[in-house]
Amino acid sequence: MMVDFSVLTHNAGAIAGGFAVTLETWLAGTCLGMAAGLAMALLLLGGGRWTNRAIRLYIEVIRGTPFLVQLFFLYYGGPSIGLDLEPVTAGILGLGLYGSAYFAEVFRAGFGSIPKGHLEAGTCLGLTRWQMVRRIMLPQMLVIIVPSLCNTIIVLSKETAVLSVITVPELTGILTGIGSLSFAFLEVLVALCAGYLMLVELTAALGRWAEGKVGRYMIR
Amino acid sequence: MVSRPASTPDPSGQPRPAMIQLRNLVKRFGANEVLKGIDLDILKSEVVCVIGPSGSGKSTLLRCMAFLEAYDEGDVFVEGLLLGYAQDREGRRVRAGDPELNRVRRNVGMVFQQFNLWPHMTALGNVTEALRRVRRMPRPRADELGLAVLEKVGMAHKARSYPAQLSGGEQQRAAIARALAMEPHIMLFDEPTSSLDPELVGEVLQVMKQLARDGMTMVVVSHEMGFAAHVADRVVFIDQGRIVAQGPPEEIFQGQQQAPRLQQFLKDYLERNAFWTRTGEDPG
Repeated sequence: MMVDFSVLTHNAGAIAGGFAVTLETWLAGTCLGMAAGLAMALLLLGGGRWTNRAIRLYIEVIRGTPFLVQLFFLYYGGPSIGLDLEPVTAGILGLGLYGSAYFAEVFRAGFGSIPKGHLEAGTCLGLTRWQMVRRIMLPQMLVIIVPSLCNTIIVLSKETAVLSVITVPELTGILTGIGSLSFAFLEVLVALCAGYLMLVELTAALGRWAEGKVGRYMIR
Repeated sequence: MVSRPASTPDPSGQPRPAMIQLRNLVKRFGANEVLKGIDLDILKSEVVCVIGPSGSGKSTLLRCMAFLEAYDEGDVFVEGLLLGYAQDREGRRVRAGDPELNRVRRNVGMVFQQFNLWPHMTALGNVTEALRRVRRMPRPRADELGLAVLEKVGMAHKARSYPAQLSGGEQQRAAIARALAMEPHIMLFDEPTSSLDPELVGEVLQVMKQLARDGMTMVVVSHEMGFAAHVADRVVFIDQGRIVAQGPPEEIFQGQQQAPRLQQFLKDYLERNAFWTRTGEDPG
């Protein structure tokens, strides 16, 4: 039995394309998820009873069901309610919806960590609610939530692999495809792991840098 | 004794205007009635110290004056304007919107027991934040004004320090500067020295004394009887949500008021601080 990595160099173009799609779906899904998650956490902060209930329900449903099933709903179930999406679009949207539930919880915990007095001080000085969110809460809570945000982003990077089941031509889909044609499974799986590890390590390094950056004011 | 021109009757003989008026103020937390009908006028340039046992409602009283607590009955007027409520078309009382509330509250500055400085901003950043966001002042002007106010509390040299780099006393002085920067007409102090190490209390009280000398209208909830005795124009003793006794500090502290609860409160206080009487030193 020989291990021969030439199968990778022969398919370098296709693999690079897959990597690009992985990056694209991951980054777009993360941005969408973060924006939606932040919006939900803000609504939870200032919303009425029914808004709160609706958001809680959404978060519980998303967190309580497998991503794969959610993706099937979106891609295969979508057309029956007039939602006919391209695989990549469905993948990004699915990843965003999935991530938003987790991001919402991270942001909610962050908002909850701000001492009430810090907001009372702002209230007395006439700051608006939005100013307090933007100027007092968000910058202060970043110190606490950056590790959790990073964690969620890393999880999402690996969830992009699931998108291959709805025919998104991302890294996992491409490489396992090459594997089954060439029977060089060991080689492609090693390459696959290396690809994700690279993304994760890069994200983690960025996260550590960001932690230092947002925590400058803290004396440890 | 700090003598202030404003503490003597106005030379023109005009009565001093009331800056804050409380009328039958009632505040409940659930079934627990914390304030049971408080009537109190705070006059211009007056320094009023509110004392009382813990749980008496004194902090709640102060917080109602800034509408940090929504009161349940009665009225709070700030410079003649009703605070926190408005009337709808049928004349019923409804909560005022944020802009109206802020318009009335604008002239009230608040200082907290826990300082509540924003830890991610420098001392100067804390002081200029509202100038820039609320007053829409351009940064150079806000910085200039902020430095001037920090100078006033002796903190100009620490303008670029973050709260975590400051001592408790310095933090509280920066917090006072933050409130002063908005040029309030009334300053409320909620136990401003209670979370300070004893040796840091003096520097904060010094700043407050200077404010009083400058004629600021002040309401101070405090356990600092020395401050109340030396700086206050009037001491208000509250217990179980009611004003039990009030008057000039000499009257309150020299036992001329016959309220038994006040006598007990002062006796307990003196017992806790009994080392003075043994050495015969003056507490001030």
